[in-house]
Order: sequence, then C-alpha cells, then structure tokens
Amino acid sequence: MDSLFYTWHWSISGFLIAAVMLVLNYYGKVFGVSSNLRTLCTVMGAHKHSDFFKFDWKAQRWNLVVLFGAMLGGWFAVHFLSDPSNVQLHPATLYQLQQLGIDVPHGNLEPTKLFGNAVLSSPKKIIFLLVGGLLIGFGSRYAGGCTSGHAIAGISNLQRQSLKAVIGFFVGGLIMAHFIFPLIFS
Amino acid sequence: MIKTLKYIAVGFLFGVVLTKSEAVSWYRIYEMFLFHSFHMYGIIGTAIVTGIIGLQFIKRKKIKNNKGNPIVIPIKEKGSFRYWIGGLLFGLGWALVGACPGPIFILLGAGFLPLGLVLIGALLGTFIYGVIKDNLPH
Repeated sequence: MDSLFYTWHWSISGFLIAAVMLVLNYYGKVFGVSSNLRTLCTVMGAHKHSDFFKFDWKAQRWNLVVLFGAMLGGWFAVHFLSDPSNVQLHPATLYQLQQLGIDVPHGNLEPTKLFGNAVLSSPKKIIFLLVGGLLIGFGSRYAGGCTSGHAIAGISNLQRQSLKAVIGFFVGGLIMAHFIFPLIFS
Repeated sequence: MIKTLKYIAVGFLFGVVLTKSEAVSWYRIYEMFLFHSFHMYGIIGTAIVTGIIGLQFIKRKKIKNNKGNPIVIPIKEKGSFRYWIGGLLFGLGWALVGACPGPIFILLGAGFLPLGLVLIGALLGTFIYGVIKDNLPH
C-alpha cells in the first residue's frame, strides 16, 4: 500500500491515462480537456460575441463533470496520498533551478516562487501566470486540442494532424524552457 | 445521477493519476523539456502505445459502445498551419507555467490558487481565438 504514496511509475500512469481515454470512448465520448475551455466561454456568454461559441454546450456537460472529478482527484491525491519523497528530480534539473533562484521541490508539486499564494501580490508573477494561460488557451483552440486530445487521443488514433500539433507543442516547449524562461527568471 | 457519478469516477481517476505521476507538476514539465529525465516521456509514450493497441482492438473486433453503437473517433480536420503554429503557441505556454489544461484544473482542485490566474488567461485565450479565428490561416 505504501507504493500508492510514492511517485507512481510512468508505465502504470501512462497505462491508466490510456484507460481513461478508452473508458470515455466506450461511453461514446472523446477524450479532450481543452474543449472544456470553449464550453466554459459559452456558459459565460461568449456566444454573444462569436459564432464559434454558438453550440449546444449541454451536450458537453459530461466533459465538465469529468473535469470536476479530476479536481476532486487532485485534491484527494495531494491531501491523502502525498509523501515527502515525491517529485525526485534529476540532479541536473535541481542545479538548473538553483541557478534560476527557484525553490527545489521538497515533496511539493509546484515551486513556491512561481505558484505560492504570495505571487498574487507581485504584478510580474501575475502577468507570467496570465500570459502562460493565454498561450495555452489560444494555442490549444487554434491547434484544435491539447495534450489529451492530440498527444494521447489523436496519436493513439494514428492521426497525422495530431502528430503535427504535438511536434509544435515540443518545439514551443523547448524554445521556452531553453531560451525564453532563463531570460525571464535570471 | 448514475451517469454523473460515472463521469466523476473517470475524472477522479484521471486527477489522481496525473497528480501521483506528477505530470501536473511544473517541475516535471521543466525537467522533461530539459531532457533530464525519462519519466514524462515514459508516461506519454506508454499512454500512446496502450491507446494505439486499445483503439486497434476496438476497430478490429468492432466493439460497440455502451449504447450499442459503433465506437467512432472523429478525424481531426485537414490543415497544417493551425497545427504547427497553434501547437507552437501551446507549447510555449505549457513550458512557461508547466501545466496543460487538465493540470490547470487538477491543481486548482488540489488548492494551488494562483492557477486560477492561469485559468483566467486560458479562458481569455480561448475567447480571443473564437473572435479572431476567421482571420487566421488554418
């Protein structure tokens, strides 16, 4: 039972993520988280500004329910399945973090410097979080999917379009992690 | 009611797995993009291999869904620009705040409140796309 508290092995985790997708397929649905962002825009009235948001959002209610379940799962895992041994990074990553002045994990999922509640009083950090979100929201809708819809569901279904998107994800991620991020936080 | 519980259960599993595999962690995404660890590549790779096998099995055995209809996965529409450029922009955001849409919600649920700002940004980004999409190359 102890192993539930340690970092779950990548093979078990990857298998279970695919299982989630296949169960949704069995329920007659498609795995994809970012479409919820479009649904939420519609719920908040975005259809008054663009036809893109004119659709029957109630048909997507199931996806919002999955998302709600995921939030509960995150809460449960952090509060009842955590262990100080979690998030053991490679020493080279730890060195890199120290160079950037970012606190190392100590079992936490997120660095306090970037995601602690104190960031809410720093205009620079607020802009950092908003811009990150903006790129994620705009990019995933432009590309027609995110990690779940393209990297997992799309490639599992052998779709060339999803492969293009995922290559784009990684090119963007590499540019950010290697060139832009160090400029912002050094 | 049963239907709702069913989807909550699937989502719950998704949230626990993403949290316990640490795929929701900014640190893991950063480590992945620095090529310092196989962990994230292992997760995504295993999910894809399992998914390919599962979907091939469904197609060849013509497995029906729970309503008795064939399982059909919609094909992504043709195009290139939108996938390359949209993907690139998404990747920049993914590596910057270390979260993709699933983890944004999962971390919020776990109590990391500043992710609320990432969510506001993501909703705004989605909205902007919806407003200007007809002027963008796809």
